[in-house]
Amino acid sequence: MKVKEKEKKENIPLTCGAVITQPGSTKKYKTGEWRTFIPIIDQEKCIKCGKCWMNCPDGAIFKTPEGKFMINYAYCKGCLICEKVCPVKAISHKVEEK
Amino acid sequence: MSEKKVISGAEGVAIAVKLCKPKVLPMYPITPSTLVPEKLSEFVFNGEIDSKMIHVESEHSAISALYGAYATGVRSFTATASQGLALMHEILPIVSGSRFPAVMFVANRALSGPLSIWNDHSDSMSERDQGWIQLHCESNQEAFDTIIMAYRIAESKKVLLPVMVCADGFYLTHAYEPIQIEDQEKVDAFLPDYTPEHYLDTTNPKTFGAFAQPNSYMEFKEEEEKAMREAIREIIKVSKEFDKSFGRKYGNGLVEGINLEEAEYAVLGVGSVCGTIREVIKELNEQGKKIGLIKLKSIRPLPVEDLKILCKDLKILGVIDKHASIGFGGALTNDIRSALMGEKVKVEGFVAGLGGRDINKEKIKELINTIMKNKEGYWLK
Ligand code: SF4
Ligand code: SF4
Repeated sequence: MKVKEKEKKENIPLTCGAVITQPGSTKKYKTGEWRTFIPIIDQEKCIKCGKCWMNCPDGAIFKTPEGKFMINYAYCKGCLICEKVCPVKAISHKVEEK
Repeated sequence: MSEKKVISGAEGVAIAVKLCKPKVLPMYPITPSTLVPEKLSEFVFNGEIDSKMIHVESEHSAISALYGAYATGVRSFTATASQGLALMHEILPIVSGSRFPAVMFVANRALSGPLSIWNDHSDSMSERDQGWIQLHCESNQEAFDTIIMAYRIAESKKVLLPVMVCADGFYLTHAYEPIQIEDQEKVDAFLPDYTPEHYLDTTNPKTFGAFAQPNSYMEFKEEEEKAMREAIREIIKVSKEFDKSFGRKYGNGLVEGINLEEAEYAVLGVGSVCGTIREVIKELNEQGKKIGLIKLKSIRPLPVEDLKILCKDLKILGVIDKHASIGFGGALTNDIRSALMGEKVKVEGFVAGLGGRDINKEKIKELINTIMKNKEGYWLK
């Protein structure tokens, strides 16, 4: 609820036809708080195949310059597709504690 | 060259569309609107019009492609009727909500259940809340003229809402009447090129059809309502300018009052039935009975202030409703009644002409007799 109240105070531009005139606005919308389950990557087990990164529907997994795959929890919705696709079971999950 | 031609209403509409030079024509035929895409495809085939015609697989696709065309920033057109319009329902508020100034021709035809190909207003009346301006026509010349005016109204920066140009299926679409076909140069001068507010452009990416949270959805809808109110002024303005350029007008563009000066009773009609009502009131006026006619052209926006002024001296107004809101009488009657709430005129509703049932002079006389006896409205079968 906190997020909504904060957004209300922001001045939303009423563009004609609700067109968003700047690209990349999705980044402003943090979906991490929707999460019920939190996926965790075990970096020891990870073979860096990138399957989780390719399959995450929210683009919440990113690759570090060292080649590690990490989850940006500000956007991860906890759908656990990453866990399902990981070929070496390097991803597990817990119930999110709010 | 400007010339008068005896052609069908549908052909007149197609020629008017050609003169407005739409770039994309997503079309799916349905009786009684089919003659319009038929004529337009002839124009495209003959190279008379520089448009891309898309033969889509349904009306849902036709309106979706119309949306797509407007997203690329070009003037476009489609036509439909009855079930076709109903199938478009899902996309109608997306076109208006995106503020795309599309123009669509609706050849008014009854909705199925039971199946009917004949005329009434159940198709377009069922869509009157979807943010489209709805303009009806009494004659084929009016349909021709309204198409041209519709683009001007829709594309006005103060409005930017789509327009449905409605004409009664068969009564107008398939009737042959003389139509004054205007010159391309004159139409070009009246209707400047369309310059879109936003369009898809890879060098300047934008998001169309975005998600609106509860904190902004209402504001976007409110903007549409304001634009619809603005359309009242704009329709009057465009109608005046059309008259100046072409020498024809239809009331103030929204509504027309006929013989109301001394009338205590009047009939309100929409579309081709107004022609028959004119005949009846002429006869009755000759007999000394003071009956007037209100010809309502614009269903949305509803010209509430004009209606109040036209009805100020009336005792009873009988509304002919070619669509029943099953469970609560005629939909138009309900609209007119609430528009005239608090005025002294009493509004009686007469559901008539459903599924192509003829509304002849006798029925209109019956309606007038009923209101003159201060009796309630009913289903005028
Ligand atoms: S749980 Fe779903 S959203 Fe979160 S990182 Fe995995 S695939 Fe992406
Ligand atoms: S799918 Fe599993 S192994 Fe492959 S990168 Fe992701 S976590 Fe590592």
